[in-house]
Amino acid sequence: MTAERVVEARHLVKRFGSFEAVKGIDVAIDRGESFGFLGPNGAGKTSTMRMMSAVSQPTEGTITIFGLDPRTDGPDIRRRLGVVAQEDSLELELSVRLNLEMFGRYFDLPRRVVRERVDELLDFAQLTERADDKVDNLSGGMKRRLTIARGLINQPEILILDEPTTGLDPQARHLLWDRLYRLKREGVTLIITTHYMDEAEQLCDRLVVMDRGTIVAEGAPRTLIERYSTREVVELRFSTDDHEEFHSRLSPFAERVEVLPDRVLLYVNEGDETLMEIHAAGITPSSALVRRSSLEDVFLHLTGRTLTD
Amino acid sequence: MTRLALFGTRRSLRILERNALVYRSQWLMLVSGFFEPLFYLLSIGIGLNHLVGDLHVHGRVVSYATFVAPGMLATSAMNGAMIDTVFNTFFKLKISHTYDALLSTPLEVTDVALGEVWWALARATVYGASFIACMALLGDAGSWWVVLCWPGAILTSLAFSCIGLAACTYVRSWQDFDLVTLVQLPLFLFSATFFPISLYPRWLGAIVSFSPLYQSASLLRGFSLGQFDWMMVIRAGYLVAIALVGLRIASQRFRRILTP
Repeated sequence: MTAERVVEARHLVKRFGSFEAVKGIDVAIDRGESFGFLGPNGAGKTSTMRMMSAVSQPTEGTITIFGLDPRTDGPDIRRRLGVVAQEDSLELELSVRLNLEMFGRYFDLPRRVVRERVDELLDFAQLTERADDKVDNLSGGMKRRLTIARGLINQPEILILDEPTTGLDPQARHLLWDRLYRLKREGVTLIITTHYMDEAEQLCDRLVVMDRGTIVAEGAPRTLIERYSTREVVELRFSTDDHEEFHSRLSPFAERVEVLPDRVLLYVNEGDETLMEIHAAGITPSSALVRRSSLEDVFLHLTGRTLTD
Repeated sequence: MTRLALFGTRRSLRILERNALVYRSQWLMLVSGFFEPLFYLLSIGIGLNHLVGDLHVHGRVVSYATFVAPGMLATSAMNGAMIDTVFNTFFKLKISHTYDALLSTPLEVTDVALGEVWWALARATVYGASFIACMALLGDAGSWWVVLCWPGAILTSLAFSCIGLAACTYVRSWQDFDLVTLVQLPLFLFSATFFPISLYPRWLGAIVSFSPLYQSASLLRGFSLGQFDWMMVIRAGYLVAIALVGLRIASQRFRRILTP
């Protein structure tokens, strides 16, 4: 049985004046999937998200959501979507509870239904004890959880999250991830943008790597790592101003060498072995680290830049 | 409900609901709206009444307070609508980004613009009633027809809230509000709100007749004094036309700003 297509975009282009933010991408997302857009700031992720949210219209190309055209069926599409934008834009003057209740009203939900759901969502977002506090007084992590809870008030079939954990401390991030796993288990389709590779690895079944408005790679996180990187990476730092000078000296030890401003990365299969060989050859880095390959390495390989550039 | 609804759909009423909820916690601001008419009537009405004495309006002798009260009502309706739409909407549009979240729901841009107009009208309904009650209590009502000033004030609010909504989309920063004041003040001073337009030279009178505040004040004055003529239909039509054009511009500009 083939899964139901919930989002299908063909040759999607978004232009703002002469600036082309999205340059003709193709994306297909199935029901129940958790799908990621990984890329640095300015890659065109948010523009893509806004088109998938049926909020902004593509300049060129077509997009269908639930098989509907956002140009003509915007309200009917958005009724079935939950959107968590980068900015919380909550009603700061209102209480946590009223924020959720009012949002439910925008979906034409009866008050009785809204009240029931609000109690569940407060529990889900771990905000029950703060229900009657003004939103202005909440911490950043709490506001973010409230924004996600708000996006769930209409029990959406797709939840779209734009940089959901940017600016949160590690503890708040893990709590959020946990909530998102729960939604995934309940069958909600998740569409997530992030510039954190660990987030993409943790949450996404499948993802596309975006750079400068185009898709440079697509697949499951593990598949991408296997395809574009080696099993392990040796990170070496030297006490020097220019790591570039080590490029040629280290090339014989690795399949590929990447030089960053503050360190050299060696792409190898057995990191510890490589490290011993380097020491044996009389090369002495000031620090050395062996780790597994990540999506960060995939991105570096594909674009020549790091995700946080 | 079709998406083609030019001026928004029934969902625009959710904005009214939202504003009522938010301003409930700012009740002081709402109460101040009740005092404004009293201040107008007491200061200009009673104060100038003794200096100016009686006036002849279309063959009828009325006190200056009776003459000026409808003008003050029109001004109050204008100010209320402009404050709501220009200042508050600018804040929601460009500072707090309130609308960004709203547009991820079934609401459309046109619903948001229309919703803000509903809110301005709701406030005008309440303030207009209290203003007219004050007029009656202070003896400044020209006749029982003064009750027609109520829908008249709401119509005035409609025209100015649509103008204000369109204007607020052009505001780039708080400094630009000076420009709004720069338009609003001469409108208030030159719209024959506190003296008859016949005192102006002909050419100036012709210019003033384009002022929506002048048209509104004349309309309300006619209602208050119970003096009706066909010009009033044109005046009302002018205000409606301004409202439609303003709302259309506002919706289009909202779309450009909110869903680029």
